[in-house]
Amino acid sequence: MSGIKNNYGIRLGLVIVLAYGLIALFAPWLAPADPLHVQMSHKLELPSWSYPLGTDHLGRCVLSRLIYGTRTSLLYTLAVLASVFAISIPVGLIAGYAGGRIDQAIMRLIDVLLAFPSLILSLAITAMLGPSMPNLLLSFAAVWWAGYARVIRSVVLQIRSRDYIQAAIASGSSHGTIMVRHILRNAARPILVLASVEVGTILLAIAGLSFLGLGAQPPVPEWGVMLSDSRPYMQTEPRLLLYPGIAIMIAVLGFNLVGEGLREQRKDARAA
Amino acid sequence: MFARYLIQRIGQVIPVLLGISAISFLLMHLTPGDPAEIMLRADGIQPTQEAIAMTRITLGLDRSIPEQYLSWLVQLLQLDLGISYSSGRPVMSELMMRFPATALLAGGALAAAMLIALPLGIGSALYPGSWLDRLGRLIAMASASMPGYWLGLLLLYYGAVKLKLFPVMGMEGARSIVLPALTLGCGMAGIYIRLIRANLLEELGKLYVTAARAKGLPEWQIISSHALRNAVLPSLTLLGIQTASLLGGSVIIESIFSWPGIGKYAVDAIFAKDYIVIQGYVFMMAVIVVMVNLIVDLIQLLLDPRLRLR
Repeated sequence: MSGIKNNYGIRLGLVIVLAYGLIALFAPWLAPADPLHVQMSHKLELPSWSYPLGTDHLGRCVLSRLIYGTRTSLLYTLAVLASVFAISIPVGLIAGYAGGRIDQAIMRLIDVLLAFPSLILSLAITAMLGPSMPNLLLSFAAVWWAGYARVIRSVVLQIRSRDYIQAAIASGSSHGTIMVRHILRNAARPILVLASVEVGTILLAIAGLSFLGLGAQPPVPEWGVMLSDSRPYMQTEPRLLLYPGIAIMIAVLGFNLVGEGLREQRKDARAA
Repeated sequence: MFARYLIQRIGQVIPVLLGISAISFLLMHLTPGDPAEIMLRADGIQPTQEAIAMTRITLGLDRSIPEQYLSWLVQLLQLDLGISYSSGRPVMSELMMRFPATALLAGGALAAAMLIALPLGIGSALYPGSWLDRLGRLIAMASASMPGYWLGLLLLYYGAVKLKLFPVMGMEGARSIVLPALTLGCGMAGIYIRLIRANLLEELGKLYVTAARAKGLPEWQIISSHALRNAVLPSLTLLGIQTASLLGGSVIIESIFSWPGIGKYAVDAIFAKDYIVIQGYVFMMAVIVVMVNLIVDLIQLLLDPRLRLR
């Protein structure tokens, strides 16, 4: 991990991610107003002391909605990531460790799932279940686990052939112990790198489907919803478009910088 | 050799297609409530119990799930994706009608991506560490982090609302493709910049380039007729992989620009609760991805004789 110090990209990324995390955590203290408080008499106001970024079409404080939006986006992204791992880690472990027919069956399912454009399959599942945030999360977990499980399986395959695994088998360790204690532990790092590379993509996709009206529903403060809310006022109040877009872009940039940096370090570590 | 590979490759595709059909079929069973009732309600009338029961029989919903799947499969083989609840027309012909618009947009996006990526990719490989290289890196990073839907709205504001250079929506005249294609293309450009840079750098270090230089060929000729060709070929594979994200991206971009393609059609269907259209759409998108990847594989085989020897 000493490479982090020399890697400007990762450091910048970590600062961004940390800042967003803190904003999400301390949203109630940082937000100048209630993000849900509608005041039609104050609608579409320009920035002022009481509303630093002005107000939206319902007179809500834009800055407060952005700040609370950080919470929504990070929370949902983490929830997706957690559920994706909850499925892909056991499936990938079992496929890689068991091999044979079980592996074949799991891999066929994964191949089929990966044939679908993931955003489109998520979109369709959400549409069938009915547009809402919980359904969006469910659809993401149902689709995105496949790619992860495939990577985890290949990592497991690499580790499985090592001598210490053979030794553990010979010494009579149970399959469960071998899978969790020996294989999973050694696979943890590549899995984390994979996650960090994809967090940004997940965040982007969640906001995108919310923008279309399939995820977070108004009045929830969420960046994608804020973007679609500001669309009808594009001609007169284009600044409302800017804020949520910038918030999304910087967040994704932060995650991408960290992910890219970690991936490059891993590559270097392997080459060394 | 080629024929054997072709048969083998098609043999791999068939089980995947069957799997796709099964998942698309199961999607329909995720809907809360009875599909027969939903279909009747789509007409705007309060259905009676008898009407629902009748529709269940005509839709085959009274049969077991494996039976329903089999009859759906037979339907698919006849290129029949069912009838849209809202328009009353076959889903297949509705999709086909809109497909050219989406294909045109995808082509435009690819052209835009290449216009950005080729000069930057080549430039940063020729002069690593230069300002051009740094610009390339910056644009690649921005391209991966920029929400396409946001870029689309910004381009719409500056290009159409403010400067009035392009039409605000729809597909009117040649100019209307510029903004949506640019939006999609910007999202793809980053990955191509990196790929072209990395591949070209690798090729330039190879012996045949040194040989060409020793022979006294001018540098531009070495790059354009030798190294570049080998560097760009691998981006073909990427093209196959990118079809999926291109189709996914077009859903949101088409709705922003009211582009009359299949993506916008699908989003409209979602809000009209026209489930059969969504099902047909998802199925067709996966089939397109599988087919494009198959075609890309075969083209590569024709272009790169080395692969044929394997």
